[in-house]
Amino acid sequence: MADPTPPVVLEVEAPAATETTVRTLGRDAWHDLVRKPTFIISAVLFLFFVTIAVVPSLFTSLTPTDCDLALSRQGPSSAAWFGYDNNGCDVYTHTIYGARASIMVGVLTALGVLILGGVAGTVAGFYGKATDTLVSRLGDIFFGIPLLLGALIVLVSFPGNAETPELVTISKVVLALAVLGWPQIMRITRSSVLQVRSADYVQAARALGAGGARMILKHVVPNSIAPVIVVATIAIGGYIAAEATLSFLGVGLQPPVVSWGLAISRAQDYVRTSPHMLLFPASALSLCVLAFIMLGDAIRDALDPKLR
Amino acid sequence: MATTEAGIAPRPDQAGLTPLLEVEDLRVEFRTRDGVAKAVNGVSYTLHEGETLAVLGESGSGKSVTAQAIMGILDTPPGFVTGGSVRFRGQDLLALPDDERRAYRGRSIAMIFQDALSALNPVFPVGWQIAEMYRVHEGMSKKDAKNRAIELMEQVHIPAARERAGDYPHQFSGGMRQRIMIAMAIALDPDVLIADEPTTALDVTVQAQIMQLLADLQRERNMGLILITHDLGVVADVADKIEVMYSGRIMEQAPVHDIYASPAHPYTKGLLESIPRVDLKGQELSAIKGLPPNLTNIPAGCEFRPRCPYARDICKEQRPALAEVVPGRFSACHFAQEVLDGDIEPAQQ
Repeated sequence: MADPTPPVVLEVEAPAATETTVRTLGRDAWHDLVRKPTFIISAVLFLFFVTIAVVPSLFTSLTPTDCDLALSRQGPSSAAWFGYDNNGCDVYTHTIYGARASIMVGVLTALGVLILGGVAGTVAGFYGKATDTLVSRLGDIFFGIPLLLGALIVLVSFPGNAETPELVTISKVVLALAVLGWPQIMRITRSSVLQVRSADYVQAARALGAGGARMILKHVVPNSIAPVIVVATIAIGGYIAAEATLSFLGVGLQPPVVSWGLAISRAQDYVRTSPHMLLFPASALSLCVLAFIMLGDAIRDALDPKLR
Repeated sequence: MATTEAGIAPRPDQAGLTPLLEVEDLRVEFRTRDGVAKAVNGVSYTLHEGETLAVLGESGSGKSVTAQAIMGILDTPPGFVTGGSVRFRGQDLLALPDDERRAYRGRSIAMIFQDALSALNPVFPVGWQIAEMYRVHEGMSKKDAKNRAIELMEQVHIPAARERAGDYPHQFSGGMRQRIMIAMAIALDPDVLIADEPTTALDVTVQAQIMQLLADLQRERNMGLILITHDLGVVADVADKIEVMYSGRIMEQAPVHDIYASPAHPYTKGLLESIPRVDLKGQELSAIKGLPPNLTNIPAGCEFRPRCPYARDICKEQRPALAEVVPGRFSACHFAQEVLDGDIEPAQQ
């Protein structure tokens, strides 16, 4: 930089350098994504749900505990768009506040299986041999336990009560689902890594001096992660539904936690007389699951350079 | 660029120079369910600075496996190096632990693969991939590395290199991809470049350009170049020395012009006769009959005997060693001299 000529050089080089900003997979994927209606719709829905989950008070002035038994099971009206449930609580407020627990369970579980299954699958696929056998058989053992049955057993064995903090209840459900759900991601990661591992470019990277960690991080993972991300994003929807199922059965989240699953569970006795109690939380659940599945799909398309 | 590794013991050869690369009695086998396939059975060769060595042979002759063993990228299992040594400037690479050996890859010895599309990472732009060599091995900043990558792309004659650095491998034609692969391989200025059938996936005009590029780069940088090929025509102009491999062994070794003028091994002779020639238009093209031996069960005696038109009784019993026929020329044939002089008649079979 002590060179007296840099100003001239900079002037000449600057425009050329900006023209060819370094393209990366992420940047290109983003460039594609923002031009896709599926992505825009699902991303808007996703952001909408996340906002609801983070700051529910933006959307309603009531809290889930503002209930009046006199209003029990009243239908939708101009005062309460979604009506009231059996306890006289505002269904709209409960649906808004229910998003947090449901989405937290879904996203945290997906992250959990992504870490557990992703690492296990990459290690199994890349190193092969005995490591692969060990990890795969371990996965098979967990895979053999039905998700709901296993989660039921775990959650029934460690019951909570009304005093258990909300976060503890949620983490219990997340752990139960993640521990039972990781083999699915492990299998997909493993088969994806197996395909990539023997690819010429991994051999070429090795021949040009790349080490194990670099080969895994720069060559194997970026080329094998696309299907894993898609399955994990789609699975978020599945986990939200699983949480609802567990809560519906009475072992998932427990009151005073507010979640869609709990609301649906409470609605089951009144489906014929007060269908609005089921309709609104269930619609929110479906819409949220749909948003995650669509998002997963859009990301898959964007992450594959060959579809570009 | 010379390595800074300490404790390298130079091993002067007859000419008083330490060879750049010295492969001695290399043996590789693949342990498969169907038995042990002996893919490389005692291959030796030397390579000096600025020299081009062509390794010639048909599919399954062990030429690529030899290269993988030199690079240390053999898949183990099933592949195992069972003997011999690979010395780079006197340092036996096979004796080094894996992480020390990795320091030689890319920096001292680099390799180009046959199919450049599958040898380039599909999810990163080519400029990024070339720049990665500098960032990882030389710790350059992103910007410097990118500029070096673009320079290198210009050196391998990629038009509009600056604009194209951001493109992905699948957006390039076959010849351009191979140029990018070459750029990556020479990025760290290796002393030895191994090109494993670099032109097989390309059409003829592009083949010539790539060979010319390799020859130019080799001359500029005074690299040792090992060209692995099954195509005699490709190497005629660029190679200094030719090794003909068959069934995991070297059958003939000679300076390039001698081998084309007068082969000293029946296999080489067969290969040369099976090249289509314009002046023999209309005549039947002669081919070597039969198939290479099964590597899990190499017959006793000379490996080439079942396909050799000159096979005699001695060929059934004794495997001929690679021996000097005339100064500078080696052949593994009991009748090397006769084949060289052309005074041997095909056996009655």
